[in-house]
Amino acid sequence: MGTRLRDMIRSIRACKTAAEERGVVAKECAILRNAFKESDPDYRHRNVAKLMFIHMLGYPTHFGQMECIKSIAAPSFPEKRIGYLGLMLLLDERQEVLMLVTNSMKNDLGHTNQFIVGLALCALGNICTAEMARDLAPEVEKLLHSTNSYVRKKAALCSVRIVRKVPDLVENLMVPATGLLTDKHHGVLVAGVKLCTELCQTSEVAIEHFRKHVNTMVRVLKNLVISGYAPEYDVSGITDPFLQIRLLRLLRLLGNGDADISDTMSDVLAQVATNIEGNKNAGNAILYECVQTIMAIEAIAGLRVLAINILGRFLANRDNNIRYVALNTLVKVVSIDTQAVQRHRTTVVECVKDSDISIRRRALELVCALVNETNVKVLTKELVDYLKVTDPDFKGDLTARIAGLVQKFAPNKQWYIDQIILLMVEAGKYVTSDVTRSLVVVISNANALQGYTVRTLYRVFQAWDGQESFAQVALWCIGEYGDLLVSSENKLEGEEPLTVTESDIVEIVENALKDSRASSATVAFALTALLKLSIRLPNSADRIKALILEHKGSLVLELQQRAIEFGSILTKHNDLKGALVERMPVLDEARYYANNAMGIDGQQTTDIEALEPHANGHVRQPNAIEKPTAAAAAAAANLIDLLSFTDEPTTLSNSSGNALLDLLGGGPMGDANSASSPGGGDMFLDLLSSDGPAPLATTAAVPLEGLLDVEPIANTSLGNSSLNGGTPKGPPAIVDPIANISFGNLSLNGGTAKGPPAVVDPFADLTSTAMPAPASAPGLPSIIAMQTNGLKISFDFTKAVDAPKATVIKASYSNLSSNIYTDFVLQAAVPKFMQLQLEPATSGILSANSSNLVTQVIKLTNNMHGQKALVMKLRVSYKVNGNNVLEQGQVNNFPAGL
Amino acid sequence: MTIRFVLLVNKQGQTRLAQYYEYLTIEERRALEGEIVRKCLARPDNQCSFVEHRNYKVIYRRYASLFFLVGVDGEENELAILEFIHCVVETMDRYFGNVCELDIMFHLEKAHFMLEEMVMNGCVVETNKQNILHPIQLMDKTT
Repeated sequence: MGTRLRDMIRSIRACKTAAEERGVVAKECAILRNAFKESDPDYRHRNVAKLMFIHMLGYPTHFGQMECIKSIAAPSFPEKRIGYLGLMLLLDERQEVLMLVTNSMKNDLGHTNQFIVGLALCALGNICTAEMARDLAPEVEKLLHSTNSYVRKKAALCSVRIVRKVPDLVENLMVPATGLLTDKHHGVLVAGVKLCTELCQTSEVAIEHFRKHVNTMVRVLKNLVISGYAPEYDVSGITDPFLQIRLLRLLRLLGNGDADISDTMSDVLAQVATNIEGNKNAGNAILYECVQTIMAIEAIAGLRVLAINILGRFLANRDNNIRYVALNTLVKVVSIDTQAVQRHRTTVVECVKDSDISIRRRALELVCALVNETNVKVLTKELVDYLKVTDPDFKGDLTARIAGLVQKFAPNKQWYIDQIILLMVEAGKYVTSDVTRSLVVVISNANALQGYTVRTLYRVFQAWDGQESFAQVALWCIGEYGDLLVSSENKLEGEEPLTVTESDIVEIVENALKDSRASSATVAFALTALLKLSIRLPNSADRIKALILEHKGSLVLELQQRAIEFGSILTKHNDLKGALVERMPVLDEARYYANNAMGIDGQQTTDIEALEPHANGHVRQPNAIEKPTAAAAAAAANLIDLLSFTDEPTTLSNSSGNALLDLLGGGPMGDANSASSPGGGDMFLDLLSSDGPAPLATTAAVPLEGLLDVEPIANTSLGNSSLNGGTPKGPPAIVDPIANISFGNLSLNGGTAKGPPAVVDPFADLTSTAMPAPASAPGLPSIIAMQTNGLKISFDFTKAVDAPKATVIKASYSNLSSNIYTDFVLQAAVPKFMQLQLEPATSGILSANSSNLVTQVIKLTNNMHGQKALVMKLRVSYKVNGNNVLEQGQVNNFPAGL
Repeated sequence: MTIRFVLLVNKQGQTRLAQYYEYLTIEERRALEGEIVRKCLARPDNQCSFVEHRNYKVIYRRYASLFFLVGVDGEENELAILEFIHCVVETMDRYFGNVCELDIMFHLEKAHFMLEEMVMNGCVVETNKQNILHPIQLMDKTT
């Protein structure tokens, strides 16, 4: 039988601990399960109610779903009522159980009792799935025309859900929705306006349609505004604010982008803005909506002034809710009318310091929208001052915003550097690596400021307070420009003199090295800085060596490796180390920002892109290939940025083919003459030259002549080709790029067109400007690679003159038997010094007695070209008359010179 | 611009009524309720009634020992929601006669019925108290 609902609630309330509550609930659930099993209809109502309560407490109640469905099918109203409620609370549109209920709902939609119809509509409106929406849409549409207002209003809102689930029903609903706009009943009106809004949001056609009925809406709104006291829908002296707000919102959608329609509604908007009193919440809610509408439509200047004035009043209001709303609106308005918002700047800045975090967040967003070149210094100072006292929750947001502003609007580099340093000092752990990275790029570019910067950093670093980001930048700079600390070169006017000895510098790095707050990343920075200092500060070399070697036994693998490697550089390779740690070449600023700006600021990106080609005297090809290239390069360049900034000499072996190519090919090319290498070429070069003894520029750049302009293509197509994952350390990998570039070129051709590559080259124009189109090497005879009783495979060769290592093989398959071969698959294997890429065959079926109908392109790169000849193993599998056939063979008769 | 959920919570942070207009699993609901309640209940009276949490904006209002919290998406008119909360309270007052926590606990389904008449699929549909209560009172009479 179980307890009464009341008793269950009492016993749950009496529980002192969560465990006790769980116990009571578990017991109740067990009783309920039993009751459901016995399916006693007398207590079903009560049981579902209990279930709801348990559900509200946050316990699983899925076992009761069927019970709800049974209740819905019951004849009595109270039972149906609770059944539907249970359905809406306990079920969701993802459960298959809902399918079962569709039929009961359909019956209820056709019921004569308005309340039962209302129930079904309500449930449908809350949880219907796309399928249910499609099934029941005709019924609901019919109910939109019902004579009963209770049913009409629910049908209207139910239609909102239906349109959301099945957008193609918009056109069926447009006409009935228009009819609802002239309804007398407020409930129907409010739902009808909502339906119209939903339709307009879904389809352009609907917007056009409802623009014709704007006068109706204006009339309804006007009546609401000027009507006297209407007791049924009065809220503190205002008639139905909810309806007014809905109407204003619909007008906003219709007026946006249409001057005539905007003109039609401007009268009533002015009326709302002037007539509604702002001393009550309901009135303010309407004014708030009205201002948003005025700012969004093509309103005349006078109306806008009215709206801005209302916002000004809001902002000055003592009620925090109103101020919040004002800030929220100003954020939206700022792009339309910056001047008007600028007038409130001081008030807004005050709001950033409000005690209420909701207001602070809004205000901060607004301040950031208000900053420009002229006020950046003042506003940044305000914000940084505030950063010192704000609570930790807010610091992350604030720091990111300040950094963004400083980057975007800095009037000069010195100010920029100062501000970011300040930011790192005040909120070190909230400064992201993006920010520090771009700081390093800027420092590296600002030759005249390097001395100043490193001295400033040194000064601040003496009182280091554990800020990670700051320590890393400071250590990098001290390592890089440590000599400028001692010599005090490039002194700026008004800069305080600083006397530092070599041992002071080593000591400050040593302190960081031994500081317990330093993370292993920071220690890694410190070790690298020490390595660099060993050259910059020759007198302290021994002490540095000792410091580095202290980490030989570090438990962190990374640190141990660095220590040992650096140690051996210092002891064994004295002749190398000078070249190895010489000053980093200037990091390419424009490219760095081009790669990073996407996320920060669209405007900035385009500017830089426009600038970049000119700076390098290279005109970009207006070619579709640009985009993927840039994207791929951005990814690669990011990797490189990371590497060059962290000064990480190892760990490259896992990088993708793209990155590697950029790394190897991009570096020298970027240097030589081309801007088409999209990554920061200099950075790669620098990475490599600081890394190993190989003089890259000479080995790679020479054979690359004439190929430079093809390079972007190579970049895009190389994504899936294997690049052996070679490290950039040794010479073999460095010889690679030529092959890969042309290889990439060919594979792109082969990928897009089935014909011979050179002919349909979509980039012929691109390549031909710089070099003759890759022509086939003449005189390569075709061979028969494999011949069995029923099958012949012949190879035709194509070879680009400029890429001796790459060969494109066209394999043609002939079926010599009178049976059809299906599921034909060719597999090929080559020795390790070669790379192989199989394109899909033109078909998997070889019809009987066919010759050379089916072809397949195989791409080969022979890395030992000229030393070893091609060899290949083939394995063929296919089906004849339902039997699997497997054949293998080796191809040794490749023509010479491949 | 829809209401995502309506929550009634007492001063201790216990949920007394929860209606969601989008699907969340039980775990998600419990976590969300916990976070929001902690955030809202900690705010002093003089601060504004809006709290941004995850992708919701929560509009809350306190009546004696009960907090009414409404979660909406970004485009909703915050002040109108405050007005709506007040309307809910007035409706409950009229039905229960000076509503209190226990009324809602012991008549949870009634409270839901009222809410159901007022909000559908996250949209306010009716704000006239008489229209809202009419079907419920009819049902009470017959049983």
